[in-house]
Amino acid sequence: MKDVKCECGHVNPHGTVLCEACGKVLDEQSQDKSLLDMRYEGSARRSQTYNKSIVDKIWNFFSSVKVGVWLIVVTLVASAAGTILPQEMYIPPTMPAEEYYEDQYGWFGKLYYELGFNNLYSSWWYLVLIAMIGISLVICSLDRVVPLYKALKAQKVTRHEGFLKRQRLFGISENVDEQDIAAVKQRLKAKRYNIREENGDLLAEKGRFSRWGPYVNHVGLIIFLIGGMLRFVPGMYIDKVLWLREGETKVVPETDGQYYVANEKFILENYDKEKEDKTFEAAIDRAGMVVKNYQTNAVLYKRVGPAIPGEQPELEKVKEHKIKVNQPLKFEKFALYQVDYKLDELNTMSFSLTNKATGNTFGDVKINLYDPKPKYDLGNGYGVEVLSFFPDFEFAKDGEPTTKSRIPNNPAFVFKMTSPEVPKGETSFVAIQQTIEPLGDNQYKMAFKGIETKNVTALTVRKDLTIWIIVLGGILFMIGVIQGAYWNHRRIWVQNKNGEIWIAAHTNKNWYGLKREIESALSETKINIPNDQIQREKMDKEGV
Amino acid sequence: MVTISSNLLYIAFILYLVATLFFGGAIKAKKNIGEKKGTNRWGKIAVFLTIVGFISQVGYFITRWIAAGHAPVSNLFEFTTFFGMCLVGAFIVIYFIYRTPLLGLFTMPVAILVIAYASMFPRDISPLIPALQSDWLHIHVTTAALGEAILAISFGAGLIYLVKVIDQSKASKRTFWLEAVMFGLVTTLGFVLVSTLFSAMDYKAEFNWINKNDQAATIEYTMPAITGPHEGEIITKGKFEPLVEMPALINAKKMNSVIWSFIGGFILYGLIRLILRKRISAALQPLVKNINLDFVDEISYRSVLIGFPVFTLGALIFAMIWAQIAWTRFWGWDPKEVWALITWLFYAAFLHLRLSKGWHGEKSAWLAVIGFVIIMFNLVAVNLVIAGLHSYAG
Ligand code: HEM
Repeated sequence: MKDVKCECGHVNPHGTVLCEACGKVLDEQSQDKSLLDMRYEGSARRSQTYNKSIVDKIWNFFSSVKVGVWLIVVTLVASAAGTILPQEMYIPPTMPAEEYYEDQYGWFGKLYYELGFNNLYSSWWYLVLIAMIGISLVICSLDRVVPLYKALKAQKVTRHEGFLKRQRLFGISENVDEQDIAAVKQRLKAKRYNIREENGDLLAEKGRFSRWGPYVNHVGLIIFLIGGMLRFVPGMYIDKVLWLREGETKVVPETDGQYYVANEKFILENYDKEKEDKTFEAAIDRAGMVVKNYQTNAVLYKRVGPAIPGEQPELEKVKEHKIKVNQPLKFEKFALYQVDYKLDELNTMSFSLTNKATGNTFGDVKINLYDPKPKYDLGNGYGVEVLSFFPDFEFAKDGEPTTKSRIPNNPAFVFKMTSPEVPKGETSFVAIQQTIEPLGDNQYKMAFKGIETKNVTALTVRKDLTIWIIVLGGILFMIGVIQGAYWNHRRIWVQNKNGEIWIAAHTNKNWYGLKREIESALSETKINIPNDQIQREKMDKEGV
Repeated sequence: MVTISSNLLYIAFILYLVATLFFGGAIKAKKNIGEKKGTNRWGKIAVFLTIVGFISQVGYFITRWIAAGHAPVSNLFEFTTFFGMCLVGAFIVIYFIYRTPLLGLFTMPVAILVIAYASMFPRDISPLIPALQSDWLHIHVTTAALGEAILAISFGAGLIYLVKVIDQSKASKRTFWLEAVMFGLVTTLGFVLVSTLFSAMDYKAEFNWINKNDQAATIEYTMPAITGPHEGEIITKGKFEPLVEMPALINAKKMNSVIWSFIGGFILYGLIRLILRKRISAALQPLVKNINLDFVDEISYRSVLIGFPVFTLGALIFAMIWAQIAWTRFWGWDPKEVWALITWLFYAAFLHLRLSKGWHGEKSAWLAVIGFVIIMFNLVAVNLVIAGLHSYAG
């Protein structure tokens, strides 16, 4: 493609609208407009120049802000749709999602589920939308930032008449003397304008760096999105839940058996309106009960020596930490968070072997529900055997006893009780609040004596190596938006044309601020305040 | 301490009301003086009262903080009042940039409505549940509210633009929607008046009902029940029987409040129309006669530009930091979070449309109105209707 040489001598890339150096209008179509479109300095952007190959077409599609805005709006609407009903991760685990939505919300719930809106934010099409925004960000930024940089760098002080005349703020003054110009220069300098001069013409500029704001923030966003994507790379992100009973020590998942954690105690505290400051009394009365603290007194251990299968690892204490909500236990790249709990989970049950007729007892059996022994010898010919154990007992559909899980929510036993009277033993099925004696009347029974319970805590094990990338993206984004939003790029041209002084000014935003600055810089000089040509046009139309 | 605190809030509220009247006076008086720039005596008094009111409200905030032992932004009442305070603060700042009393006439009533609305919720000082016991919560909530407040100023300016630019001589889509915005504001007032009325009457009616898990429960209505709870049975004697019964899925009590607010809104709006004999926006039009359209457009855009970074920082970034510490992950697609994201995306679209498509003036003003609606939706509806982790209200 041919480059375009302007009359001022500067060679512009093909597609340039305004000469990069002097601002002369090169593009025929813009020739007769009364105001210039100053976006991107009229530089030659790839998307505006080429539209032949497939690559051009894709490039142009993604670099269009119209497309970008559509992507944002579609994402916005889709996100809103996901809040109409709760997402699957927030529904109670009592029912499969498939039934839950219909059961709770009728036909609408069913439709919602069938459209896949129950997991909207991880659906493929939502991710595609986000990815398209990402691509769009990259391409639109590249399309603009390079030509913009070149154009701003190449600009000369002296500008073409047509350029000055078609700025939004423009004015002509006659009979201006040297002192006025010097005074204006002085004042602009005091306002931290950067001043360049060439053959008696003057360009005052400030805040050019704010033009890079959008690109910096877009780079930040891209980095943020990349960080989010890396989460899907194995090993970058770990999210596991660990249930720990009081007194229990378990290996921390995903640490290669290196770390162990013990739960010494789990504490749940409520606000006590008697003890606590009276300030909260009314609020506590209204709510009934307000939790003050969830806490696991945890001890972190590290294994010493190699792991030998089947052998107890040798552990060395690393640290103690009271894990509370908002105060995770951190080590290496890991953090353990307090996320859930269960109070008073059954831990042991005790029974007395009792003669039903006399009521005499012949020894107690204390059964650890996590680790029941097969046999308990009570001496003198008495003993109990655990034939079967159902920690979470229910009758299966075929009427057979089974267990729902290994958590002792509803323990049941089949005992065989031996005694001098019945040496070959009597069988008894014992569950909470019920006893079945399958082979007729027994002489002995296992009389329930008591239970011991323990609290259980749930800790989330988290490792997230993507976090620093995300943090970096966030910081860059903030720098970029602040750069673009709190500073503006202002330019004021004061130029000598045919013995008159022409003033033109441009800013990318905040015209009010620019006008005030010009007013104060030109006050008490013979230079007229430039007109706002847009406002003039409007006024004419409004007839004010 | 608690009494001092609520008195300070009360004083602030009254001062804001009086200041609004003075802002009105400033506009009326200006017409006589003509096109003199700057603010007249009425305007100066109005700004002075606003500032004193603001200081008083800051006093409320600090004393309540001391009493509670934590920053008072932890329930719906506290958060919404704080939002109102930020709105006034943001207005004061923007006022000193642009010095236009007209903006006060449009934003102060919004702030007053917000604070009045806030005080319809339980005002007890509540203890913090474990997840909320974090400094990041306070940093996040305050910055987010501040960002939203600055963005809301653009609503005020947008409203001025629309009131001025829309031709009221014949009914059109534009007059309809602008009037719908006015009606929305009136309805908020309706809610406040109706709630105040029934609480002054000390209306209480208790119901037995069956909740959505098929369990028996009781619920207390503080407004006469139009929509009764599921299989509800009134236990308080001599109270109004519900007209319709709601299924268990719908929160009948909240529905009832919404219906009452609309009834209040309609009555109020009807009365206003009867008195004015024209649309509210038409009645406001003479007030904005002297304002320059480009100027309000600029104010509206500037407030979005100033507010957007603050909002991003508070509602997204600080929120993520807190979520990472309290809930193990910085983002969880909780409805409140999603609506913050939606707000953010919306204003991003606003900025892009403005910059590239040249959506200035009226289009931009409509966008500012929609943005405010989204913010209020997040503040009100998401808290009350779509319950999530953030849901302050019971
Ligand atoms: C959620 C996504 C996005 C956010 C938060 C965002 C944010 C921003 C912000 C804050 C600005 C500065 C606006 C101003 O100063 O008024 C900006 C400018 C811009 N954005 Fe985005 N943007 C996003 C997506 C996109 C996409 C997808 C495109 C692609 C078409 C795009 C193209 C642009 C362009 C061309 C500019 C103007 C640059 C200039 O004129 O110097 N943005 N963006």
